[in-house]
Parts: sequence; structure tokens; C-alpha cells
Amino acid sequence: MTSSTSTGQGAREKLKAAAAKRVLVFDGAFGTQIQNRKLTEEDYAGDLGLTADQKGNNDILALTRPDVISDITRAYLAAGADVISTNTFSANTISQADYAAEDKVRDINVASGRLARELADEYAAKDGRPRFVAGAIGPTNKTLSLSPEVEDPGFREITFDELVDVYHQQAAALVEGGVDFILIETIFDTLNAKAGIFAVKRLEAELERDVPIMLSMTLTDLSGRNLSGHTVEAFWYAVRHANPVTIGLNCSFGAEQLRPHVQLLSDIADTLVLAYPNAGLPNDLGEYDELPETTASLVRQWAENGRVNILGGCCGSTPDHIAAIARALEGLAPRKLPERDTQMRLAGLEPFTIAA
Amino acid sequence: MTTPCWHARSIGNDIVNDQSTVRLSANFVNIGERTNVTGSARFKKLILGDDYDTAVEVARDQVENGAQVIDVNMDEGLLDAVHAMTTFLKLIAAEPDIARVPVMVDSSKWDVIEAGLKCVSGKPIVNSISMKEGEDQFLEQARKCMAYGAAVVVMAFDETGQADTKERKVEICKRAYDLLTGIGFPPEDIIFDPNIFAVATGIEEHDRYGLDFLEAVAEIKAACPHAKTSGGLSNLSFSFRGNETVRRAMHSIFLYHAIPAGLDMAIVNAGQLDVYDQIDPTLREACEDVILARKPDEKTGFDSATERLIALAESYKGKTAQEEKQEAEWRSYPVAKRLEHALVKGIDAHVVADTEEMRAAREAEGGRPIEVIEGPLMDGMNVVGDLFGSGKMFLPQVVKSARVMKKAVAHLIPYIEAEKEEGTRAKGKIIMATVKGDVHDIGKNIVGVVLQCNGYEVIDMGVMVPWSQILEAAREHDADIIGLSGLITPSLDEMVTVAEEMSRAEMSIPLLIGGATTSKAHTALRIDGAYEGPVIHVLDASRAVGVASRLLSDTQRDEFVETTASDYEKVRIARAGKGQSALLSLKEARANAFQPDLSDQPAPPAKPGLHVFDDWSLADLREVIDWTPFFRAWELHGNYPAILKDDVVGESARSLFADAQEMLDKIIDEKWLTARGVAGFWPCARDEDDITLHIGKDEHVTLPFLRQQVKKSRDRANMCLADFIDPAGDWIGGFAVGIHGIEPHSKRFQADKDDYSDILLKALADRFAEAFAERLHQHVRTDLWGYAPGEQLTNEALIKEQYRGIRPAPGYPACPDHSVKPILFDLLDAPKNVGLTLTESFAMWPTAAVSGFYFGHPEAQYFGVARVGRDQLEDYATRRGVDMATAERWLRPNLD
Repeated sequence: MTSSTSTGQGAREKLKAAAAKRVLVFDGAFGTQIQNRKLTEEDYAGDLGLTADQKGNNDILALTRPDVISDITRAYLAAGADVISTNTFSANTISQADYAAEDKVRDINVASGRLARELADEYAAKDGRPRFVAGAIGPTNKTLSLSPEVEDPGFREITFDELVDVYHQQAAALVEGGVDFILIETIFDTLNAKAGIFAVKRLEAELERDVPIMLSMTLTDLSGRNLSGHTVEAFWYAVRHANPVTIGLNCSFGAEQLRPHVQLLSDIADTLVLAYPNAGLPNDLGEYDELPETTASLVRQWAENGRVNILGGCCGSTPDHIAAIARALEGLAPRKLPERDTQMRLAGLEPFTIAA
Repeated sequence: MTTPCWHARSIGNDIVNDQSTVRLSANFVNIGERTNVTGSARFKKLILGDDYDTAVEVARDQVENGAQVIDVNMDEGLLDAVHAMTTFLKLIAAEPDIARVPVMVDSSKWDVIEAGLKCVSGKPIVNSISMKEGEDQFLEQARKCMAYGAAVVVMAFDETGQADTKERKVEICKRAYDLLTGIGFPPEDIIFDPNIFAVATGIEEHDRYGLDFLEAVAEIKAACPHAKTSGGLSNLSFSFRGNETVRRAMHSIFLYHAIPAGLDMAIVNAGQLDVYDQIDPTLREACEDVILARKPDEKTGFDSATERLIALAESYKGKTAQEEKQEAEWRSYPVAKRLEHALVKGIDAHVVADTEEMRAAREAEGGRPIEVIEGPLMDGMNVVGDLFGSGKMFLPQVVKSARVMKKAVAHLIPYIEAEKEEGTRAKGKIIMATVKGDVHDIGKNIVGVVLQCNGYEVIDMGVMVPWSQILEAAREHDADIIGLSGLITPSLDEMVTVAEEMSRAEMSIPLLIGGATTSKAHTALRIDGAYEGPVIHVLDASRAVGVASRLLSDTQRDEFVETTASDYEKVRIARAGKGQSALLSLKEARANAFQPDLSDQPAPPAKPGLHVFDDWSLADLREVIDWTPFFRAWELHGNYPAILKDDVVGESARSLFADAQEMLDKIIDEKWLTARGVAGFWPCARDEDDITLHIGKDEHVTLPFLRQQVKKSRDRANMCLADFIDPAGDWIGGFAVGIHGIEPHSKRFQADKDDYSDILLKALADRFAEAFAERLHQHVRTDLWGYAPGEQLTNEALIKEQYRGIRPAPGYPACPDHSVKPILFDLLDAPKNVGLTLTESFAMWPTAAVSGFYFGHPEAQYFGVARVGRDQLEDYATRRGVDMATAERWLRPNLD
């Protein structure tokens, strides 16, 4: 009855089986939960002896205050999450360089993966319902598609190969920690995501097993494009080769504004759709104040219309939001997967289909 | 009304050269060579000179002129190709108006390709990989393409060299296909390039190169499902370097034959193409002989096609235009009169030349090109509109007129745009779409053409269009009306969805509903209520113009909308108030089941199992075509053959029939279409309203059927198809037939703005499918099942179904649930055996297809299930193992 502690084909099939029965629940934000705890520099730094200040380095808490991460993860599991993510959005050498903590990347990811795995297994053992762990990989603050220098549009801050190495290191450590999936999230640059996919494919070849990928795009404007300029449809065609176990959208805006884009993706993607929007739009003070019931009633509509398989929250969401979503989804039928698409689908920033 | 000229039109030219860009058809992809250093001397010079800024502008021009994919090639000995490739790709990535289209990363060196792939953010095409260095390297590169997420061009090249003969091309491509799909490479991401080589080189072994390519393309497409084909065109005419006229002719003629053979894309210099019909007939014939490896006509005095073309080529050096030859009498009319004549008679042979003459004349008088449209062309169309409106002209003729108009307008558009004038002010913009899940478009196309003829701008979004795209297009084009079409019953639900989404988007423009399955009642009851704006059911194409003009009229709109709304309200009230015929309970209905004499059941099939027919003779099917529905598709009502002598529509029907016969000749002689079918039989037994099929030893398949519940008068039974099957053991059959091969021809016609031929072809394909279903049923009765071996029926008797046994189809009245189709398809393995697939709404693809069950009992008969009760719905949901919502969706047309 306990869930598997290894990634691979098993997890992919188990998630699909669970998602065929009902709409599953994903977790919510870590950042706001951590902020609420008003941690000090000492809490963050622990006794790692790093040279830079660590305050604000949320990911390092897996090593210095694992109890905090544990509490938050538990809260989401208790709220009804079927899939939890690791607190590793910035646990890569590029982002950790800001805290002079590049050397801790592997440790953070292994520890975060383990922590989530143990809690997921603990909850699965309690009620026999499988719980899944998604190892979260953020986009880094570098972009492969755009030049940061206006004068030199051909310039890039980083190369594809460098980014592949960065992602590969993080993914390998997460898998070592026991995650079921690699979740490449908040994708603002499609080419970054392609480097992430390439890295996981390399890891699969090394481990000689399936490492299922979850992909989640984030939109930067209401017309439905990400920062690198891809439409939702073009994005899907550009990353379809990952054979992702889920495809979806996160962050961006609130559920209200995200709806048409989720709907579009739901129409075309022949895999599970995962969406975790922000809890509405920030108010004048930059705070998210959408009530859990409001968020839940909005995303419930998507589920009612058969548009999604897994729903959760991003910025501003709390365990209360997730609990409200879990309640709202009870008894709703999951989205049915379209048949495998056999058209030749190409993409620039926009999609292009060559008819059969 | 008829004139001999109607038959003088040609349906050939599929290549429209609109200045710098060539759009060969909606679906054929032309890949430009202008950002290819091996194809463009200018681009090479720019890159060698490190002038990347200008090089980027070359790419921009190409996209602005309509390129759908940009080919980038930096294979030049003097260049660091990796550096040039990555630099250029990063630069164009920064230009949103270039980066919107996919890139083809083109190099003969893998390291250049891989470096390029690391810079491309969308999904590109790799050009190319091959088995030249063996399977290991081939597969390693293919795996990398998969990891980078790229489609791939595979050259027909193996360890022993480049494929030259047809057999080698096909063999290598098939081998590559098997290897690639074996490692999980998606077949739809493979593009084969079976090598276009130079012809007319004077070397005899090269004579078949053109033909070998064409034949290989067709075979590769058949042998490698979902894969595409491509070719580099410039090689073909290598022997005629310097002679542009001959090169252009060769390329155009080659594509003219290659696209119908299945070629999906080509790399070609856009400037190097001509309109097929406008090529000098002598040159055209000479080129065609060379490309198709034919012997020249004796009269030419040449033994070899190559010699003739070489001799002929001399006379074209530097020559650009040819003269028109024979002209019919009307050709001597003044030009405005000629245009009107061409429009009314639907003759497209000279319309481009006449339009140009008119345009030049206006220009000389200081007029503007737009005036050609607003003046003589619209005058001509008004004549057509009046004739149609007064019932003196019929749909087939109107569609032909539209073809002429489209060609004339296409010619003028570049001039109008060059002047930056406003386009002609259309009477209104109408978005038309066949809704998601449905693939039927004949009716929609006809309505679109009729509206265009009457001055409306129609934005036709094609088939299977999701609501989001319909709404987006309506916003983008600031449309005045949205028109939805669908043929199968699940499309009704999708139309409701579109209406709901329009409501949600707070739109208010009118929504038109049309298509065979739609009705005023459904529109009133389900769609009208879902949308605030006006919703109008349009019964047939002839009503479309009246509806559109009233909706867009300042003075008539309100009244029309109100009248329609109150009309629908009446329908709703009548429906609510009407004591609908009483329904029996399911139990009572079952007690009143039909009871055939079960001792009369047919013997087991003579030839049990599955029977697959890969290529049923089209000539044979032609003999059993039922023509009456064909005329009905064109809104000519009456029975064949009497309709040909009808006082009112006879003339129009005869002309249409003659065109149909002409096209049938071509379809059969040139083998445009392939009729594929499968039939099978299974032992079975009735179990209440289910029929249980015994497939293998322990394997059962259940076919669920529905029972009539409407209370019957006197002693008539409440029928269910299961009633015709013996509970103690019996046999049932199933079949599926499909007509393949329509797409390349349809593409060709569409590229040629020839809606008439396109609709004609689709209507004929439908007829072939029905004829095949009829013929196959006959074969089943007399041979495969063999319960009526001595049956002798005339075609008329066949059409009247004067035979024993029935073949009801899922989705039709006796078994109205379309969702039974997947079960039937599984039993028959229809995707594999017939190449038929189902959309999410269970529409069959290709569209010209029929499937159904065979019941052999002599008392088996057709009936309509009609309304069913809540109790049967619940029972059915349980039998199917689905929730109520799903069952309700499936059976909605039969529910209250």
C-alpha cells in the first residue's frame, strides 16, 4: 500500500491511473509560507559556514531548518494534495551563486527530495491513497533566447550546453533524493525548457530508466505568450518530444485570467494537464488576498468543464486554498485525454501544422 | 444557358505566382532558398561579407512574403559554418516577426546542425540525416533530434550510395522508417527526401529520374504512415542552367504532378515557378515528356524527349511571354463584357488576362485597380446574384462563377496593396467553420462560396475548428457574423459550446447554424438559449444570403431578429406544452419487442473472419453510384435520372452531371482515389438489448443497442436491432469502407481557387463511399456470408434496397449512438485495414466513409429509435459502464 520510492515507469503509470479516476490536487506556494514564519539569518545560515548572507535563500532551509519545510509540506498533504513539489525552485548553481552556495546544490536537492519522499510515503501509508513527489526545477535567471544587451541582439549570457549541465546536476540530485518526476516549472523561456528536457533525457540514458517530466509554462501577458514569445500552442509543439507526464501552466495570473489558455492547452495536449495559477492578482500592496473559496470556485469550473487533470496553487496560495480546492473538486470527473496526435506540428513563436 | 465554353475550362493550374512568393496550396509547404548560401548568391555574399544585418532583412522579407518555414544553410567552404549558423539563428530569434515561423536547420555536417539546434527555441526541422555512414550513426543522430525536439528530413541514401531508382528510393525510405519508428521516433516527424536528380542530361539512365521520384513519393507515402515527403527542386533542371523559361516550366510541371502524388513540401526558389496553364503548350508537353519519361509524339519528329526539349529550349532563350491561340467568339467582345460573360458562364481560362487588360486600361485613364473590382467584376457578380436569386441559376453554376471571381481578385490584390488602398468594402465579414470534432465541409464550402458571390468577405477556418480559434478569428477580423456547420450529431453539442463561449466573451454578433444534422428545433431549444445575440438556423445555402443581408441591414435587422426570436420562442412553447407522444417504460417496451421467426435465421457465413479489400475497382463502383443524393448535395432536388429532363433544373443538372462524368473519367484513369474496405462476421447471441459477440475462445464484445419507447399503435412492435438476433446463437457482420487520396487533388483545386472542382470531387468521393458500401453488402450477401447466393438485382433495385438483410450505421436512426463506432472499428481493426480513424466526436476520417453492421435475418428492417426515456438512459449508462453525463452526451439527440 505504500507508494513507490523510485522514479520511472511505475510513477508515470501510477499517476495516470490515479488521474483517470478523479481530478488530482497539487500543492501550493512555499515562498509565502516561509515568509510568514519570519525566519532570521541564523535560521537560514545554520552551521554551514557559507561566506555570504543566506537570508532569503529559501531552498537552503532543507539543510538548515528542514522542520520548516517539513511543516509546510505536511500542511499541503493534510489539505489533500496528491502531488507535492520539492522546495527547490532555485536550487541550481546559477541561482545559488547569489548566495555563494553553489557547492550545496547537490545536498539541497537530495535532502529536499528525501524529505518530500518520506512525507509522501507517510501519508500514502495512512490512507492507502498514492502520493507523488515532483522535483521542482526553476528556470534560473538566465535566458537562452534573449540578449540582455539591447545593442547586441546576438549575445547570450549562457550557452545551451552550460544550462544543460546546470539542470542535469539538479535533476540527478532530485532523483537521488527519491522524487517521482522532474517538474520543469515557470517556463518563461522555451529554449531553457528544451535544455532542461535535454538534460533529463541525458539522465535517463545514464540511469537507463524513465525519468518522467512535468512541464509548466508561465505567461507574461494576457494574449497568452511567455517571455520568449511562444504562444501556448507553439510551446506545446516545441516541448512535446519530452513525452511529459503532465503539461500545464502555472503562476502567470489568477485563475480568471488563465482560463482561456488552460482551455486551449486542454484541447490540444495528448497528456495530463496540470494547472496551478496564482491566488488571483496582487492588490495595490503587492499582496495576494483572494479568498480560498474564490480561487476554488474558479478552478472548479475548469474541472467541471473537463479541462484539467491536476489542480493546485502558485504565488499567494496557502494550505487553506489547497484544502478549498480539494473540497471543490470532490466527485468531479477528470479530463479525458485526446487521442495521440499524428499531425506534423512545427513551431516558431507560433504554431505551424503540416496537414496530413 | 449552357455554352460549349463551360467544358472548355481547364482544371489544371495549381501554381499561383503572386509576385515574389508562391503559395502552392493551403497545405503544400514551399520552403524558400533565400537564406541558404548554396541556393542564393546574394545571401552567400552577405554572409561572407559579415553583413548579418542585411542578411536578417532577407529572412524578414521572406517571412513577410508568406514563407511558412525558413531554410538556413551555411555550407560554404570559406565559412566557419558553425559560427555562421549560430550567429544567424540567434539574430533572427531576436526578431519576433521572423521568429514566428519554424526554422529548417540545413547542413550536410552534423556538428553544424547540432550547433544550430541549440539556438532554436521552437520546433525546427533538421535537414538532413541519412544512413550514408551506416545505421549506428543514423540512429544516434535521430536520437539527438528527438532529444532536441526536431522533425527530420531523411535523405534516401544508404551505405552503398544515393537512391536513384524507384525501388531503391522506396526500399531505403522504408528501411529508415522502420529503424526510426523502432527507436520511438514519431512517424509524423519524419520527412523523406527521395532525391530529385537532373533529367534531360543526354544520359539514357537518367531518363526515368523524374518519374521514379514521382512514383517513389506515392509508394513511400503509402508504406510509411504519417511520414511526409520533400525534395530540392533546382537539381531537376540543372541541364538548362541559364535558360530560366525552361527551368521555370520544368519546376512548375514537376510540382503539378508531384503534389497529387503526395509531395508535402519542396525547397524551391519562389521566383522559379509559373502557372501551369500559362506555360506554352508545346513547351509544356516537351517538359512533361521529359519528366514523365514519355516518348514524344511522332509528329514532333523527335525520337527522344530530351532531344526535343533541348532543341525547343534554344527558342526560349530570353523569351518571356507566349501568345494566346484559339479564341472563341466571345473573345472578341469588349473587355468589360468579356469579364461579365466569363463570370456568368463560369469560364476561368482567360480571366487573369482579361482582368489585367481591364486594370491596365483603368490605369491609363488615371483610375485605380480597386475600380476593376468595384466596377465590371461586381457588375458581373450582381448579374450572377440576380440570376441565382430569381431561381434562374443554380448552385453548381454559382460556384463556378465564384471561381472566376476569386482568380480575378487574386490577380488584382498585389496592385491594390501596392497602392495601399483600402480593400474592397465587403458587405460584411463572416467567419465560417466546421466545429471541432467534425470533418464534413461540403455544405459549409457551398455556403461560403454563395456568400462570397454576393459580396461578403468569408473567412473560412476549415474543419475541426475549436471554439477558441473561432472566437479569436471573430475578434481579429472584427467579424459581423459567425457561421457554424456540422454533419454529425455530436457537433450539435459543440455548437452549444461555441454559443456559450460567445456569451461568456460578451459577444453580440449573429450566430448562424447550418448543416445536415442541425434543425430549427435544436437551434431554438438548445443554442438560442445559450447565447444572448441573434441565433439563426439556416436551412440551406440558398437562404444564406437573405439571412446575412437582413442581419447586416440597418433597416431590416431588428425586425428580422425579433421575428426569428419570437418564432423560436414559439417552438419552445409548443415543445413545452405539446403533449409529446407517450413513452412506454423500458420494461413495457421490451415486453413489446419485435419477434421475428427465429427459425428463419441465416446460415453461418460461408467465409467467416475478416476480409480486407485494399483497392476495390473504382470503375466497378461507378456502375452502382446512386446519383440522386449527389444532386441533392448541390441543392438540385429531384430523382435521377428524371432530374436531367426537369423543366426547371434540368439544364443545370445536365451540365453538372457532364462535369461529374468528366471528373470520374480522370479519377479512374489517373487513379486519384483508392477504395479500401473491410467486412467481418462474428458468432453472437442476443442478451436483452445487447448483442454479445464471441471473438475468441473467452473473449466477448458487447454491442449495446437502443429500443424504441414511443407508444405504438395497434400491434406494432417497439423495435431494437438486437431483436433480429437469436438469443440461442446467431451471426452478425460489420463493415467499414473509406475513399482515400482526395487531399492532394483537393489541395490543388484550393490552390487554384477552384471551389467548384473541389466540391465536385468531395461530393463524388462521398458517392464512391456509398456505392462501395452498397457493393460490399451485395458481395457479402452473395458470397462472403452467402445467404443469398442467387440474388440478381438491378442497380435501381439495389438503390431501393430490395434485398434481404440490412446494414445500419452507428449514428443513424436505428442505432443513433455514434460512440458505438469505436467498438466496430476495433472489431474490424479499421485504422489498420481501411486507414480510417475517428475524431473525438466519432466522425470518420477520411470523410468519404461508411461503416455499419450486417443483420441477415429476412425480417430485419430499418427503423428510427426516436425518443428514449430516462429509464433507458440509466439502463444504457449502466450497460456501457459510463456515468450519466457521458451517456446523456451520447444520446442527447434522442432525449427530451
